[in-house]
Amino acid sequence: MKPKVAIFEFGCCEGCQLQIPNLEEKLLELLEHIELVSWREGSSAHSEGPYDITFVEGSITREEEKDRLRQIREKSRILIALGACAHIGGVNAIKNSMDQEEVRRYVYGDKAEWFPSIPAMPLSAVVPVDYVVPGCPIDKEEFLEITKALLMGKTPVLPNYPVCVECKRAENICVYEKGLVCLGPITRAGCNARCPTFGNRCIGCRGLIDNPSINAHKEVMARYGLCAEDIINKYRMFWGYAEVIK
Amino acid sequence: MSGFDINVHYVSRVEGHGNIVVKVEDNQVKEMRWEIPEAPRFFEAMVRGKHYSDVVFIISRICGICGIGHTFAAIQALEKALGFEPSEQTLLLRKLLLHGETMQSHTLHFGYLALPDFFGAPNIIPLAQSHREQVLAIIRLHRLANELCDLIGGRTTHPITTVVGGWTRLPTEGELKELRRRLTEAIADVKAVVKLFASLEMPAFQRETEYIALKKPDEYAFYDGEIASTDDQRTTPLPWYKEKIHEFIVPYSTAKRARSNRESYMVGALARFNINYAKLMPLGQEAAELMGLKPICYNSFMNNIAQVVEVAHAIEDSIRIIDTLLARGLKEEKVEIKPRSGRGVGGVEVPRGLLIHDYTLDEQGRVVDSNMIIPTNQNHQNIEEDLKAYLPHLLGRSKEDITLGLEMLVRAYDPCISCSTHFLKVEWK
Repeated sequence: MKPKVAIFEFGCCEGCQLQIPNLEEKLLELLEHIELVSWREGSSAHSEGPYDITFVEGSITREEEKDRLRQIREKSRILIALGACAHIGGVNAIKNSMDQEEVRRYVYGDKAEWFPSIPAMPLSAVVPVDYVVPGCPIDKEEFLEITKALLMGKTPVLPNYPVCVECKRAENICVYEKGLVCLGPITRAGCNARCPTFGNRCIGCRGLIDNPSINAHKEVMARYGLCAEDIINKYRMFWGYAEVIK
Repeated sequence: MSGFDINVHYVSRVEGHGNIVVKVEDNQVKEMRWEIPEAPRFFEAMVRGKHYSDVVFIISRICGICGIGHTFAAIQALEKALGFEPSEQTLLLRKLLLHGETMQSHTLHFGYLALPDFFGAPNIIPLAQSHREQVLAIIRLHRLANELCDLIGGRTTHPITTVVGGWTRLPTEGELKELRRRLTEAIADVKAVVKLFASLEMPAFQRETEYIALKKPDEYAFYDGEIASTDDQRTTPLPWYKEKIHEFIVPYSTAKRARSNRESYMVGALARFNINYAKLMPLGQEAAELMGLKPICYNSFMNNIAQVVEVAHAIEDSIRIIDTLLARGLKEEKVEIKPRSGRGVGGVEVPRGLLIHDYTLDEQGRVVDSNMIIPTNQNHQNIEEDLKAYLPHLLGRSKEDITLGLEMLVRAYDPCISCSTHFLKVEWK
C-alpha cells in the first residue's frame, strides 16, 4: 500500500507547498509512489488520518493552533517541518523582539483584542519534529530527495557546514568583496549558495549551523561598517526565535 | 429542502484559509458570510526600523505566489521615497519578470486549482489521465513561467536578483534568446488551453459591480500606472490611493475589506480586462474572442477566462520585451543611491489585482511608517456580495451542489488569503 501523505499549514505564505506543483512532471511520478490524502491547497479530497508522512508549513502564532498541531502530530507517523517558518519561526518571528501589544495596535487599532496573537514559534517548540526541509522557500529538489529517502526507509541528513563552502565551490566572488554583508559564514548549507550565485547575499533562511561562531561573525560585520542595530536586524530576519542571537 | 445550513470550513484549492457560512430558512437566505480565519502576520509593523535594503527581502515573504509583485510594489515605493529613477533596461526586465509571475500564478489557478471543478474532480490528478494532452500543455506553460522567473529573478518564489536600484544579476543575451525560443513554442500550448476553456460551460451569473485596475495610455498596465475605475471618468494618481480605496473591517474576518464608489468592487484579471482590453496584444485579443469574453463582463466566473487571456497576452508581450532588450543590448549599470527621508507609493497589478505599498523613510533610509493594500482584501466584500446574489440561483439543488457552486464562485476569484491577512492596518476614527 502506498504511504499516506498529508500537508497542513499554519501562519505562513504557503510558498513552500507551492514548490510541490512546481515539480511539474516529477510530481506525477512522485504520486505513483505516495497517496496524497490531505492537501487543502491542491485538492478537495480530505482524510482525517492517520498519516504516514505529514508535512507542516508555517509557524505557530496563535494559542489555539498548538492544539491543532498536537492533533496532527498524534495522527502522523513521521512529521516534517516544511520551510523556515515551521523550522525556525522564520520572518514571522521578527515581531518577537517587538512590544507585542504595540504591534497589534499598529495593525488593528483599538480592535486589537479581536485578533489575538502570540510570539511566533517553530513547530518543535510545541511537538517533536522528526525531520526538516529548511529554506525560505524550500528547494523543490531537496524536498524530493528527502521524500525519496523516507520512502526508501533511509534517514535524511542535512549538511552541517556553512553556505560559504558551497559558495566557494560555485566559484562565486565573496559577497563581502562586493561590499555587501552576508550571513553565509554561519548559515546551514544545502541551497548551493543560490542567493550569492545570483549576485545577492545570504539572508540566513536555512537557519544556523550547529555551532555557529556568532561573535566572530559579528566582528566581521562590524568591520564592514554595520552598527549593532543593523547587525541584529539582519540576524532577526529569520532567526528571531533562536536563543543564540538574543 | 426549504431550510439548511452550510458550513464550508476551509475552502479547498485556494491559497490560505477561508470559510463560507450559510443559513437558509423557508427558502430564504438568512445568513451568508465569507469568513477569513487565517493567522495574521503583522508585516506592516515588522518592517518598521528596518533598512530599505532589508525591507524587500521581508515583504516578499508575504506571499508564496506573488512575491515578485510584492517585491516590485515595495521597490517602486522605496525608489520614489529615495528619489531614484530606474533605467529603461531595468523597467523592461521588471516587466518581463512580472509577466513570468502572472503566467505562473494564472496557470496554477486556472489549470491546477479551478479546472477540476468543471470535470467533477477533486484535483488535477484524474485529469492527467482523461485529458492528458491538455494537462501536459498546462504543465509545460507552468514550467516555462517558472523557468522565466528562475532566469530573470533567481527563483519564482521570493526572487533574489530584484533590488532597489536594479538587478544583482542580468541574464545573458544567449539566455534571453533561448527564452524567446521557448516562449514562441509555448504559443501552441496556450492555444490548446484556450480551446479547452472555450469548450467549458461557465455558470451563467451576472451581478453588476465596480472594477478597479491600473491604467496606462500606451500599454495593458501591469508594472505601473494610475488607478482607474469603471465608475470613474478620470484616473487617480497612486499617491492619492486613500481617496479611492476605503478600507474597513468586520469582526468575523482577520482580513480587511475595501469599497470605493459602491458597496464593493472587484480587482484582478477580469477587472484589468474590463478596463484595459483595447491594449491587449493580438494573441490575447484572439483568445478572448475564441472564449467569448467581451467587455464589460459582469460574470465573476469569467475571471478564470480573463486569466487565460492574460497568459496569452503575457507570452506575446514577453517576446516583444525580449526583442527590445536584444536590440538595445544588455549593459551592466552602475547604481548609486543615497539614503534620504521621504515617502513613496508603489502600485503593481499582481495576478490577483491592484497591490499598493506605501513607505515613509527616515534620513538613514529606515522605515518609520508603512501601509499596504492587498488585492484579495479589496475582493473580500465583492466575494460576499456575489455569494449573496448567487445563492438564490442555486436553491432547490442538493446541498452538495449548492456547496460546490459557492466554492467555485470563491475559487474563481483566485483568492490569496495568506496575503490578505498580513496587512490589516486599520485607522479607527
